[in-house]
Amino acid sequence: MSIEWYVVLSSLLFAIGAMGILLRRSPIVILLCLELMLNAGNLALVAFSRMVGNQQGQVFAIVVMVVAACEVVIGLGLIVALFRRKLPLDVDELRELRG
Amino acid sequence: MEEVLFFLAAIGALGGAIGVVAMRNPFYGVLALIVHLFSLAVLFLLLAAAFVAAAQVVVYAGAVMVLYVFVVAYVGSGESAWESIPGQRFLAPLLGAAVFLELAIAVLGSSLTALGTDGPDVKPGFGDPAAIGHLLLERFLLAFEASSVLLLLAAVGAVVLAGRKREERA
Repeated sequence: MSIEWYVVLSSLLFAIGAMGILLRRSPIVILLCLELMLNAGNLALVAFSRMVGNQQGQVFAIVVMVVAACEVVIGLGLIVALFRRKLPLDVDELRELRG
Repeated sequence: MEEVLFFLAAIGALGGAIGVVAMRNPFYGVLALIVHLFSLAVLFLLLAAAFVAAAQVVVYAGAVMVLYVFVVAYVGSGESAWESIPGQRFLAPLLGAAVFLELAIAVLGSSLTALGTDGPDVKPGFGDPAAIGHLLLERFLLAFEASSVLLLLAAVGAVVLAGRKREERA
């Protein structure tokens, strides 16, 4: 299987994730779409590491996983805090910080 | 054999991704993301990245997704069908397609001649836990330590964000 296939699949997944972020308004689903984009990046990193025949790209992918886990924890904490304060879980209604 | 596995996993990954975007109920979205992550783990195995695949299944599909399921169950679900930005439903897929086109042009335009190959032959130990562990603890020790600090910060931040205030507890 040539590396090109993996890279094309990864860019397709990234585009689907970006589309989801533009399309959905629930913060939980936006976080899920962020996961999609991060995983697409991971797939590209691992594919390129296979292409070069070097394992350092896989270490990169693992660090990306760690950062993604941190992002999930903080994002879900924010969602729980929003829910506790009885704020709407809709990114279009949470616009206080808009200038 | 490899082709069959690749296409099966690719279909799983794409279907899971589309499920995440299309499912109205976030709970089904989380389940679709689990399908997506398992398919990606198969792709990682095909790319000779055994440790990354294992970490993907254990950390992502196991731990992170359980966190999502808990929060979705706690917060509840449902999204109003009301469109606050006119034309969002048509513009978003258009812009997603534009992102894909741009990425495809970037990949095709890159002069990486090795893209069309299967990659060089690798030794049997390529990407196994021992090799990745050596890299993490020798060459990339600083990144390893920094990511541990980052995880600690995230844990403290989550407790601060989601914990109750003292008055509320009484």
